[in-house]
Amino acid sequence: MTALPLISLRSVSRTYRTDGVAVTAVRNVSFDIAQGEIVAVMGPSGSGKSTLMNMIGLLDLPSEGAVHLEGANVAELSEDRRSSLRARSIGFVFQSYNLLARHNAIENVALPLVYCGVSRKERLARAEQTLQAVGMLHRAHHFPRQLSGGEQQRVAIARALIASPLIVLADEPTGALDSRTGAEILALFAALNRTGQTIVMITHDPGIATQCRRTIRLHDGELVSDETVAELLPRRSAAS
Amino acid sequence: MTMLQGFQIALHALRLNPLRSFLTMLGIVIGVASIVTVFAIGSGAQLRLQEQIRSIGANVLMITPGAVYQGGVRLKDGSKLTMTEGDVQAILEQIPEIQAAAGSLAGTAQVIHEGKNWNTTINGTTTGHFMVRDWQLASGRYFSGAEESGAGKVVILGSTVARELFAAGDDPIGAQIRIMKVPLEVVGVLDRKGPAQDDVAFVPLSTAKLRFLGSASNINRDSVAYIIAKVAADGQMAGARAEIESLLRQRHRVPAGQEDDFKVQDPAAAMEAQQGAIRTVALLLVAIASVSLLVGGISIMNVMIVSVTERTREIGIRRALGGRMRDIRLQFLCEALVLCLLGGAIGVAGGITLSMTVARMAGWVTSIDSEAIGLALAFSIATGLIFGFYPAHKASRLSPIEALKTE
Ligand SMILES: Nc1ncnc2c1ncn2[C@@H]1O[C@H](COP(=O)(O)OP(=O)(O)OP(=O)(O)O)[C@@H](O)[C@H]1O
Ligand SMILES: [Mg+2]
Repeated sequence: MTALPLISLRSVSRTYRTDGVAVTAVRNVSFDIAQGEIVAVMGPSGSGKSTLMNMIGLLDLPSEGAVHLEGANVAELSEDRRSSLRARSIGFVFQSYNLLARHNAIENVALPLVYCGVSRKERLARAEQTLQAVGMLHRAHHFPRQLSGGEQQRVAIARALIASPLIVLADEPTGALDSRTGAEILALFAALNRTGQTIVMITHDPGIATQCRRTIRLHDGELVSDETVAELLPRRSAAS
Repeated sequence: MTMLQGFQIALHALRLNPLRSFLTMLGIVIGVASIVTVFAIGSGAQLRLQEQIRSIGANVLMITPGAVYQGGVRLKDGSKLTMTEGDVQAILEQIPEIQAAAGSLAGTAQVIHEGKNWNTTINGTTTGHFMVRDWQLASGRYFSGAEESGAGKVVILGSTVARELFAAGDDPIGAQIRIMKVPLEVVGVLDRKGPAQDDVAFVPLSTAKLRFLGSASNINRDSVAYIIAKVAADGQMAGARAEIESLLRQRHRVPAGQEDDFKVQDPAAAMEAQQGAIRTVALLLVAIASVSLLVGGISIMNVMIVSVTERTREIGIRRALGGRMRDIRLQFLCEALVLCLLGGAIGVAGGITLSMTVARMAGWVTSIDSEAIGLALAFSIATGLIFGFYPAHKASRLSPIEALKTE
């Protein structure tokens, strides 16, 4: 237990104040994520999953408690430093893909490297490799509108992976896809995880969640369960 | 993100909407083009005036005929030649500040040498004329005393006339030319003094009277059309002028209270005043052109604000992928700068084209100096920075989470 967790949340709360009304989207949540894990985050709509994800992804800061990335309290970093960490250490995948419509696939994939100060030549070379890894190299010069939803999501995953991030954060990555395409995307995530990539994935689909070894459940902003299959199974067998 | 990447992103964004980009920069294009054109025409006009001032010579006073009364009726200035050779003599002898003076009669005529002929100004004068105007000879000599008093058949050519009548290797000195059928020997060719000045042929005043203008009814034996006089020093101009005025009033018996029948002018001072006027008008026009730049800048700001709103989601994506606030600001600032620089470059090209067209069609002298171009470009960069800053700043301040939520 000496290994430092990649991410650690300690009594994290996030309260929004609009027109004097306070809404606590995340309440007193604590957990760690270790290198190499794949975690599903589940919960009903409005339970605070995206809010939690934004804090893990350094897009937002907790109102109370602390988020640590590799031991560093992210609230103590400057805004610029958090941005740079997002470029190098975090890979976002969104439900609606969020590709830049006016750039083709390879330019979209290369985009995070612009903010890592990588030269154009190297950016494009690495984008090609990453597109190859998600099976989209043949669409490198297509624009998002020329791609199907599943293809766009693959390109978006390539973009999330290009800077070799510590963690990939996916907010309902299959939410806009049919079940077959969704399964393919999920298989891609599973394959990535087998290579050691840490992944946190928000999902509504219990079927998807069962494929992740660990599932965190939220309700009304509170953590209601945190189960790891690999941990439970041996315990169960030990008990029986 | 580097400046270069900022420009690359900006160019990419602007290329996607070329018509809108062009319309956005139109104000800058017009403003810069006007500034360049106004500068080109203004400095062309100044150059021309400066040349004229130089060609007159330093500290020169010019005396021309003034009002003449005949039976109580005031005739137009210059309708009668009121100055005489006697006046020239008196000015030279009685006013100590005057170094040189000469009277002139002038008209136009055809000058012929072998097959070539050229229409030019014939100026009958004395060697003093060249002294007053500091006009040196390129070759040959001035008129001799005998030629001046005895209506010698000699001529001194301005460089334009020499060039028109003689082939490049030909020495005009000693050659015979003809003016109004009178054969004259070329004794001198003058230095160049400026395109407007060099197109002239000088003959002795006596020659002009006897052989060319003698029959003209409004000319006395003694008359000259105008007198030019050189004052020894700059500080003596006003004094010399007053002395000439009182001397001539006395000589011409102008009754007290009546207008002079002559005018004493300081042509260089008059032209300098004109130069000042040109500068004022040019400045005014530049000020008007700057308003166009201002309008152009506001139009850029307007379009940039719309663009930031339209691209809020893009901004959110870029922030999520690691773009810092300053990267976003740089991106939009670069866009405004590219718009202004491109507009400025098109404006400079347009301004140069326009002023060259004006030069050709209206025959004005225009001069395009790098200073005006630099100034115009500096103006457009400043416009881009000033009017691009607010939208860029606004873009950088957007919350990435909120930006990602927009459609
Ligand atoms: N910017 C905000 N201002 C005020 N309240 C907010 C804001 N963002 C989220 N909330 C509130 O916080 C709560 C949690 O929102 P969040 O988006 O994290 O839910 P979620 O679990 O991702 O839901 P879904 O499954 O629908 O995406 C909701 O009640 C929401 O209304
Ligand atoms: Mg959500």
